[in-house]
Amino acid sequence: MSLAHDARVAVRPAAMAQRPARAWPEVNNPAAWIVVVLLLIMPLIASGFFLIEIFATTLILGIMALSLMFLAGYGGMVSLMQLTIAGFSAYMVAVFGISGNANISLGWPWWLAVPMALALATAFGTLGGALAVRTEGIYTIMITLAIGAAFYYFTNQNWAIFNGHTGINNVATPHFWGVNWRADIPFYYVVLAVAALCYFAVEYLSRAPFGLALQGVRDNPRRMAALGFNVNAHRIAAYAFASFVAALAGVLQVWNYRQISPGSVSVGACIDVLIIAVVGGITRPIGPFIGALIFVLLRTFALDFLVRLGLDGNRFRLLIGLGFLAIVFWSSDGVIGLWQRWRQSQRPRNDRQGGGRGHG
Amino acid sequence: MSRFVERHPAWALIAIIAIAIVLWLIFAVWPPGLEEAIGRKRVFLNALFNGITLGGLYFLVASGFTLIFGLMRNVNLAHGSLYLFGGYVGYAISTSTGSWILSFIVAFIMTALVGVLLQVIVFRRMEGQDLRQTMVTIGLSIVFADLMLWACGGDFYQIQTPGWLIGPVDLPLITAVKSSGEPVYLRYPLVRLVIFAASAVIGVAMWLALNRTRVGMIIRAGVDDRDILAATGVRIQLVFVAVFAFGAGLAGIAGVVGGTFQSLSPGEDIRFLLASLVVVIVGGMGSIPGAALGALIIGLAEQLGSVYIPTYAIVVTFLIMVLVLAIRPQGLLARR
Repeated sequence: MSLAHDARVAVRPAAMAQRPARAWPEVNNPAAWIVVVLLLIMPLIASGFFLIEIFATTLILGIMALSLMFLAGYGGMVSLMQLTIAGFSAYMVAVFGISGNANISLGWPWWLAVPMALALATAFGTLGGALAVRTEGIYTIMITLAIGAAFYYFTNQNWAIFNGHTGINNVATPHFWGVNWRADIPFYYVVLAVAALCYFAVEYLSRAPFGLALQGVRDNPRRMAALGFNVNAHRIAAYAFASFVAALAGVLQVWNYRQISPGSVSVGACIDVLIIAVVGGITRPIGPFIGALIFVLLRTFALDFLVRLGLDGNRFRLLIGLGFLAIVFWSSDGVIGLWQRWRQSQRPRNDRQGGGRGHG
Repeated sequence: MSRFVERHPAWALIAIIAIAIVLWLIFAVWPPGLEEAIGRKRVFLNALFNGITLGGLYFLVASGFTLIFGLMRNVNLAHGSLYLFGGYVGYAISTSTGSWILSFIVAFIMTALVGVLLQVIVFRRMEGQDLRQTMVTIGLSIVFADLMLWACGGDFYQIQTPGWLIGPVDLPLITAVKSSGEPVYLRYPLVRLVIFAASAVIGVAMWLALNRTRVGMIIRAGVDDRDILAATGVRIQLVFVAVFAFGAGLAGIAGVVGGTFQSLSPGEDIRFLLASLVVVIVGGMGSIPGAALGALIIGLAEQLGSVYIPTYAIVVTFLIMVLVLAIRPQGLLARR
């Protein structure tokens, strides 16, 4: 009756079990190569606005959601505090680095501030994870949500470190080798590189002994414990890794917006990350990025789109919520699941479109 | 109780001493040295009473949440939305009819209806899939929040307190002694006391209904093992709908209460959802006495914290949760 049971039901079609023998499935997939080339030459195609506001933002949100996907998909632990970890790391970059609030920021150079932020955020996330693994299933959701909310209210109230509800502005971005790394094109490549790194790290880890053990823990913790695996240690290690990924996203986020405030770590934003991961699909690492792209496109263009249809443009969240509901109702592994089911229904018989109620 | 004393004599002693200290703080006239150290007694008593009454409000929200969870294993993350919905309904009724009592009744019925719809349309279709139900409730809470923002706007609403409840009353608690030797009594808003009494009555009634009636027995049996209960011929779906409606209705009542002594605005739904989450985590999921204890602890921690350590009030609440998780992960009064 626990989440482990649920997650197994949801994740079954992901073919994790069949895959370990085959390494790096992307290599043989032409679509993957097209996406890679497109992403690499994106600065030639897209203008500054699209490059940063759409694609870089998508990748950053995708990395955050990726950390959730890693925990939820492979570990069976739905953590709503991934954004909080990212936000913590963003705050730490602002606090240790250089920013407009000279009385708070310590003014360290970025190559000191960033590792410090990553280390602290990872420690923070691991501690939170150590708390969360004491409970199971839906309790994990509630506890991580409570941690996220506590952090949000704390940043709102604390002026000594987090500068209250105004947050920290004008955070300095790295500038070295004669390149301003926050200029549109270099920044896009930095984000892309980090996203690719995280993506392949998750992909690799899912096939490494640790990842396989983690999936075993997800499917049947008691059996894994009987086999001599330390169940909680695996879960906490998964939290540590996911926290590091989320912390990387946080660093990129604070460089992207050059400021950080409690609004960016609000409860709604925490839930957005869950929405992104679920809409994209939590069975494989590409899902969160697809979800993030949909989310960012909706967020950016829903207003114009709704107004053009003659509706109230402010109903963007309604659209997101309804879309999320529809996905959760009809597909337990998000857009990827829909796509796969469509492909499967295409292959044997062309008349059976749309799939059935599926496995969820 | 006596078994607890036998098993943990040291803890029992500490608890008795703590209770004695609190009682002394409440009833005694504070010596000047103490007033210098931690401030006026009036401030302390006010914070204490605010904490207890806030605990009453939290109990109303959290008891419905915990009841629904206990029976259906359904974490209803749209519970905060039901709270806010009840509050808005109550506001609409009390402004249009001017009747405060009527607003409670209508809010209860309306939110209970929403609860019935949720259970029948949504949750029955995905029974036993905790995670998916939770996700659906997250989606629903987003949709509800936006619909309510659409309908009611982003303004603050406050429900008018009825005339016969306005104003403070003197409580027989001495806050200070004037230089003339005349005692000064604590004055406290009547409406908060009435609401607290009402929530205590609801809590006791719920406890009695659960432990002394046939329906309560069915519900308790369902909490323990709903499959066997269904196998004995109880129409379990009907019980589910009734419990969901009642839990949702409680959230609606709590919305009117919250709208009376605080205010209603977008964002309150999440605040109360989180409050009830923390309350049931501390008290133990699915336990009504646990919800009462948790609500009291969290309410007191919030109010006393905001008076004595204003910057870190929220952290105190959080630390309590962490402490409970570290010592008793299942919650203070949970059986399992």
